[in-house]
Amino acid sequence: MAELGAVQVPTGSESVAIANARMARARASFTRARVVLPPLGVLVLIIALWYAGAAMFDAQGRSFVLPYPHLVFEHWFLDPARRLEIFAYTLNTIQVMLIGLAIAIVIGVVWAVLMSQAKWLERSLYPYAVILQCIPILALVPLIGISIGYNTPARIVVTVMISLFPMVSNTLFGLQSAERGQRELFQLQGASRLTRLIKLQFPSALPLIFVGLRNAAGLSVIGAIVGDQFFKRGDPGIGVLIYNYASRLQSADLYAAILTASLLGVVVFLLFGLLGRLAIGRWYDFG
Amino acid sequence: MTITAPPPSTAPGPAPTSTLLDFRDVAMTFPNGTVALHGVDLTVQRGEFVSVVGPSGCGKSTLLRIASGLEAASHGTASVATDRIGYVFQDATLLPWRSVRANVELLAELHKTPKAARAAKAQEAIDLVGLTGFEKSLPKQLSGGMRMRTSLARSLTLDPELFLFDEPFGALDEITRERLNDELLRLFVEKQFAGLFITHSVSEAVYLSTKVIVMSGRPGSIVRAFDVPFPMPRDPDIRFTAEFGELVGEVSHALKEGHR
Repeated sequence: MAELGAVQVPTGSESVAIANARMARARASFTRARVVLPPLGVLVLIIALWYAGAAMFDAQGRSFVLPYPHLVFEHWFLDPARRLEIFAYTLNTIQVMLIGLAIAIVIGVVWAVLMSQAKWLERSLYPYAVILQCIPILALVPLIGISIGYNTPARIVVTVMISLFPMVSNTLFGLQSAERGQRELFQLQGASRLTRLIKLQFPSALPLIFVGLRNAAGLSVIGAIVGDQFFKRGDPGIGVLIYNYASRLQSADLYAAILTASLLGVVVFLLFGLLGRLAIGRWYDFG
Repeated sequence: MTITAPPPSTAPGPAPTSTLLDFRDVAMTFPNGTVALHGVDLTVQRGEFVSVVGPSGCGKSTLLRIASGLEAASHGTASVATDRIGYVFQDATLLPWRSVRANVELLAELHKTPKAARAAKAQEAIDLVGLTGFEKSLPKQLSGGMRMRTSLARSLTLDPELFLFDEPFGALDEITRERLNDELLRLFVEKQFAGLFITHSVSEAVYLSTKVIVMSGRPGSIVRAFDVPFPMPRDPDIRFTAEFGELVGEVSHALKEGHR
């Protein structure tokens, strides 16, 4: 920020300072443009390709494969009934996602705290966290169905199972991330295990906990939508809507629903990133 | 290893020559068979500042870890006659989420000192190390030297009678290091603690200390001890005198001999 420095230092020549300030501003807006323009350019390119593809399928008489972008946006925003339908189903998804995520956070943190207390506990419990992550969720679907039914609880179980691992592993590594010197500092004062956990390990773990939380939140959206595909009873979410639109070949609606689901994923990712920055950005550079 | 409890203080002001640290024939063999220390006899009295120089891996740090109670000697006795031990680590080991003030308050907090008392104690220590005005800064906003000052202030809140330093200024640049050496000497003269200081730098050792101990390579044992005759408080310009240079030369020679 050399330019700003030049502005703040009172120089003999006022006009030089003003010129510097103007240049600094110009440079700042140029930098901003360099950040914003490239992805915008790609977006334009994607939409152009979309139009080209839509025109191609339209010419083949199979426009349902790829409807024109403006049609999708019309269905998405301009048709009040569609809008309401997509909105209501999305709310159900968000509900399942948040409940599942909350459960995953609690189980994940407790599991990790337990493992951080003793090496033998970590050795005993960590393999199961890895196994949990490796189980193909599809293999469990019938089991979940016959044991707890095809309703919201089943969708929540899928969400928890998918989003649990990043919470467990990140929290565990976070709790172990305090430096040796810091641990010995506490040890020298005869601090208890609990004091060390609360005043050292847990704050040290926060950066990684928030990384885990952001990943888990992203996965919980996937979990909730995957859950919809298999457990359709009760008040299912956007996953069912996507399935229904597809089976009825309502392709513009289908695309609108898919875009909504994607947007949900992006918003959740950004929101939990922001949450991390708000919580610990003061002392940690949270990406 | 035994750590003797401090005697109940009846008279105000302890005797000026009391022995605070007493190592007798201390040896350290780690479970993996590494012999880190061998036959170390060492005392540190109140009013003494003892530096230990030696090649890397000679067990200098192990000496401190035994003195602080972080490790137990595998042979011999290591007695410490106080429970007010300051320990300054190689890194500042600050907690990055805590401000300077909160970091300095940490030890008193761990000892469950009431809030007002520990705030006063922390402010006093912050003023002592010259960090007044930076109480609310976070570690990431500080330079390496200021972080070390914070770390020093944190230990000072314990009113240490025995102060252990594990190469605290090794990572700092020359100028910062010399400034902190001067600050440390000032604190030593003011607070009259007993110091045990580990360093790689012979001139730092000579400048700070009343006694310099040279250790041999692994297994570390004491090769020679030098008394440093220069009076306290010490004039920074002493570093440029012939006597100082001569002593640094002698210590360096002893270090080389011991290394062979």
